[in-house]
Amino acid sequence: METQAEMTAILATDGALDRAINERIDVLLEKRLEAKLAEIKAAKTPSMTIIATKGTLDWAYPPFILASTAAALGWDVSIFFTFYGLELLKKDLRKLKVSPLGNPAMPMKMPMGPRWFKSIRWNIPNAVQSLIPAYEAFATKMMKRTIKKTGVAEIGDLRSLCIEAGVNLIACQMTVDLFGYKHQEFIPEIKEFCGAATFLPMAKDADVSLFI
Amino acid sequence: MEVSKVNFDKELDARGLSCPLPILKTKKALNDMASGQVLKVTATDKGSIKDMQAFASQTGNPLLSSVEENQTYIFFLQRK
Repeated sequence: METQAEMTAILATDGALDRAINERIDVLLEKRLEAKLAEIKAAKTPSMTIIATKGTLDWAYPPFILASTAAALGWDVSIFFTFYGLELLKKDLRKLKVSPLGNPAMPMKMPMGPRWFKSIRWNIPNAVQSLIPAYEAFATKMMKRTIKKTGVAEIGDLRSLCIEAGVNLIACQMTVDLFGYKHQEFIPEIKEFCGAATFLPMAKDADVSLFI
Repeated sequence: MEVSKVNFDKELDARGLSCPLPILKTKKALNDMASGQVLKVTATDKGSIKDMQAFASQTGNPLLSSVEENQTYIFFLQRK
């Protein structure tokens, strides 16, 4: 049987040992954790989710440019098209228009003619813009011409590049019902028609999540 | 590195194309190449200088050289 003094000595040694072990574990754990986290980060494929809500020719660009570029960088990309964004998934993209009306940031310049003419910024008041027949169609035509001239990709091409690169195109079913669309109006490459509950878990795990 | 000294296996003409087309076409061209092969890309998009560097570091395909000649940018990328 151990004496009281021997018991105290053993306990004291145990305490010191525990402390030493704990300190050592802390040091090792920190080192290993850092290495492990770096390893996990390096092995993880970056991902991006985008919510596309706009359906005009100008706003069609950001989601498709970012998605196709991210895919080229090797990222996993999903785009959730909702409300007017659904226009970007229609088979016929020719209906996409741009409206300078009520958009003071849009430079209205002519894509043709001599240089001095092209450099004029046409400041047409909203009241006048709204009275000109087919003004939107005209502005859209001008923008399409500028797009072609400056070597900017056409929306249809960018969308095809996204599809080719494996970007997940997801359509909001609620909007389809709300606007009375038919599934046949959309391109067959749409991965699924679903709702917010399907999209949110994807966005939760994504490294980049954007609302456009 | 001098341009003339870099040997390449494939050439991509991305002149006249705007962001993000030079990058997308570069990615596509690299996909069809074997590891170690070199791709020469010619572009006029001013943003491509920075973009090509970022693309190289993100995808791990080394950018061997990047030169500007009369507002044309020439890149040599090696397939990883």
